Amino acid sequence: MTAALHLAYWQTTTIKVLVVMGVIPLGALVLAYVFLLKMMSHMQSRLGPMEAGPHGVLQLLADAGKFLQKEDVFPERADRAVFALAPVVVLMSAFLLYVVIPAGPRLTVSNLDTGVFFALAVSSLSVLGVLMAGWSSANKYSLIGALRAAGQLIAYELPLVLGVVGVVIQAGTMSLQGIVQAQAHGALLGFKTLGEPYILPQALGFVLFIVGAQAELTQTPFDMPLAETELVAGYMVEYTGFRFLFFFMAEFGTAFAFAAIGATLFLGGWYVPGVHGTAADVLGPFVLGAKIMLVSFFIFWFRFTYPRFREDQLQAVAWKYLIPLALVNILVTGLLKVVV
Amino acid sequence: MPSLLAAAHLDVAQNVAFGFLAASMAVAAIRVVTTKNIVHAALYLVVVLAGVAGIYLLLAAEFTAVVQIIVYIGAIVVLFLFGIMLTRAPLGRTANLDNNQRPLALAVALFLLGLLVYVLVDAFHSAHVDALHRPLRVGTTALVGNAIFQTYVVPFEAVSVLLLAALVGAVVIARRD
Repeated sequence: MTAALHLAYWQTTTIKVLVVMGVIPLGALVLAYVFLLKMMSHMQSRLGPMEAGPHGVLQLLADAGKFLQKEDVFPERADRAVFALAPVVVLMSAFLLYVVIPAGPRLTVSNLDTGVFFALAVSSLSVLGVLMAGWSSANKYSLIGALRAAGQLIAYELPLVLGVVGVVIQAGTMSLQGIVQAQAHGALLGFKTLGEPYILPQALGFVLFIVGAQAELTQTPFDMPLAETELVAGYMVEYTGFRFLFFFMAEFGTAFAFAAIGATLFLGGWYVPGVHGTAADVLGPFVLGAKIMLVSFFIFWFRFTYPRFREDQLQAVAWKYLIPLALVNILVTGLLKVVV
Repeated sequence: MPSLLAAAHLDVAQNVAFGFLAASMAVAAIRVVTTKNIVHAALYLVVVLAGVAGIYLLLAAEFTAVVQIIVYIGAIVVLFLFGIMLTRAPLGRTANLDNNQRPLALAVALFLLGLLVYVLVDAFHSAHVDALHRPLRVGTTALVGNAIFQTYVVPFEAVSVLLLAALVGAVVIARRD
């Protein structure tokens, strides 16, 4: 490195914050356009929005422009301060997720020692924003939606966390960067060149993670909190304009982050066999991006395929099936880790 | 003479952050007990608990800070709010949040304050965390894990069994069939 660029701490921090602030709307736009507008339309034999830009690519920008122009409406009996704060809390939880996601050997906001545990902790903050939104709207549909959301998010946090524990045991670290390195240097059946993406040894963990993530994101088989046929739009029903845009961005920004965490934990993150050093820093974001699209494809595919669970089925799936399976997975992984 | 806050041993940014956290926690803690709305009280409690997590971070206890967030904010306060909203969650001011036990509460609070200050000063008056010159960042999670599963494995298991018993007890009480 001849002309290495040395930046002060505040400069690197500013750059990192700006990058994350750019990634969230960008990721949300990409996911919402590619999957929500286009993939769903084509799966259901229709075109979707086609007018704004070629093949409708500018539709979401037009939507965002529309939301930004709308009047900032508060319900008459709403608790104004809490009502205004709730979307910010949800969006903040999405922002914090990006702190630990590595996009290359050196491209990470902060390679925290607690890595994946930190990500799961800050993702649980969004429940708080949902409850605040539902309560402060002074609307019974909102309140019911918020309570459903809280019950669901608490129940599905467990399979999500327990499903990830298998990966943590196998990698021997909670740092996401460390987990990528462990997969890069792992050997699957003694075959070293390709590394060891944990989706193969931790297939059960991957299933648990995807189901848990689907529920945490309140995507369709688990969209009780938003159930539009029963609750209009659940906790978001009173929101409009840029506050609704906050919720929308947080929803898809969190989906993007969860897909990134899934890709990092189970598909090797930014790693491709044979690329090391600076080249990995350059290629990393694109590799990670491709893997993110793959994981999000699954998330949205399930969303468009299955009908909604009933409340009791939803809780039964988490407590009677997913959590025991996750515990078995942890036990087997732990045993193999000690024996092998 | 060793300073109680050990301010001289830390750098400026940490002192500023500590001051900010401590001030906002104190204000929020007072608002928890003075606010006239029970949901607001729970939300102010979130500020206090997040401040505690921030102070853990300043002390380089990253793992403890994350546990603080996931357990206290992600679970306990959410459970509070869930319970409040499931039963009654009036918007606006509620008149009957207070009861007539203020003197007793004051006595208990002062006693607890005195006890904690005495114990902390007595135990740690000459020690300070030198986070600047001896960073504890690397491997703190591993240290916590090793301590729990090697040195303190028996107490850890005892606590686990206790919690399991409490959990089973709660289920038994809740189910009346």
